[in-house]
Amino acid sequence: MADARGGRLLVVDDNKVNRLLLARNLELAGYRVAAAENGRVALAMLRDEAFDLLLLDIEMPEMDGFQVLDQVRGDLALRDVPVVVTSSLEGVDNIVRCIELGAEDYLTKPVNPVLLRARIGASLEKKRLRDQQKALVRRFAAPEVAQDLQQGGFSLGGKRVRASVLFSDIRGFTPLAEAQPPEETIELLNTYYTLMFDAIAGHGGIVSQIAGDGLMAIFGAPVALANHGAAAVQAALEMIEMMDLFSAEQAQAGKPPIRIGIGISSGEMVAGYTGTNARATYTCIGDIVNLAARLEAHTKEAQRSILIDEATRAMLDGIDAEPLGPVTVRGKTQAVEVFAL
Amino acid sequence: MTSAAIDRATYDGLVESTGDEFVCELVDTFLAEAPRMLDELRDAYAKDDAERFRRAAHSLKSNANTFGALTLGRLARELELGGLAPIRSAAAAPIDAAASEYARVSQALEELTRG
Repeated sequence: MADARGGRLLVVDDNKVNRLLLARNLELAGYRVAAAENGRVALAMLRDEAFDLLLLDIEMPEMDGFQVLDQVRGDLALRDVPVVVTSSLEGVDNIVRCIELGAEDYLTKPVNPVLLRARIGASLEKKRLRDQQKALVRRFAAPEVAQDLQQGGFSLGGKRVRASVLFSDIRGFTPLAEAQPPEETIELLNTYYTLMFDAIAGHGGIVSQIAGDGLMAIFGAPVALANHGAAAVQAALEMIEMMDLFSAEQAQAGKPPIRIGIGISSGEMVAGYTGTNARATYTCIGDIVNLAARLEAHTKEAQRSILIDEATRAMLDGIDAEPLGPVTVRGKTQAVEVFAL
Repeated sequence: MTSAAIDRATYDGLVESTGDEFVCELVDTFLAEAPRMLDELRDAYAKDDAERFRRAAHSLKSNANTFGALTLGRLARELELGGLAPIRSAAAAPIDAAASEYARVSQALEELTRG
């Protein structure tokens, strides 16, 4: 609870005595307090600087507390700020209306200072937990996915999108891992993923899955991308360049170079959340996705770093791709045209 | 025997939780604001503005209760919930009743803060 104290609160009340008294009680409890005399001023302050909690009167000229609640809930940037209503308005229907409009709590004036501190502390603690959960979602999901979840909520199932999928993994990872202590392998993987995530995100892609030394990235979902094929190829080229630099560093330290193989394919697929309601991941599914995985596997035989399909090549402008002719990949009855970069 | 203008338990609780000096400032603020609320009540009554009347009574009620001015709080509450109609039939006397109760309250608060 120690860090629940010292939060920054905004007191909104048109009545000067109430405003001074609430601010005093909260300052004595260790909070930093700013004050506004009506809803309009409060909203302007909220949009201007960050507050941890809003203490809101209902009865106010210019813009009343109901209107403030309504605006705060409709504003993506503000809707997570907890609002505690303090009012001497009579009637349960007013309290119900506040709660329905998203108020976290309701205190009747004159406010008992002990109760005030307890309720504010509890609201801030709940907010801290929610912030922590959001941070977790951000850590374990791509930012675009986290945002998609925040805006649209979570539901299993997908929708059809046109996108590009990229698979990559480290060549000869198993012997490499066997030749060094696991701690070093973890460190190596972390460096590798940092570089790869950066290259992928830098071109508008999201990393959907990582497993061992392999990863899968999507370009064009959940956020549509104008030229997802070119973006995926640009990301792949940057990934190779990054690994060349990294390998040079490895060589200087007397360690083996790291080589990766990348497969990319483009077309229609289903993107969405798969798994269970308890545990799910954002991913893409379809023939096109399987093809990218096969192309990545085929880089070993083809002795090339990046292999792409016909649809991806058609989206390239100013990047030469060398046709390797038709290749029969596993899981496909018909041979597909494959191109190397 | 009329009841005390200020409920000492409420007032002392306020001093205890926020400090002597702060309560003096708060009383000064109230004594500066309350006459304006009474003026607002009279003006809204004269102009038949029910919403402004209710709002002024609401503020007066809220502040009176803060200092333990429970009788003033009760009178203001009756104005807030009753609206303009009952006052018309009583020829505005309830506003005067609130005003004279406020005079008692302000005197008591001044004595408390000076003492």
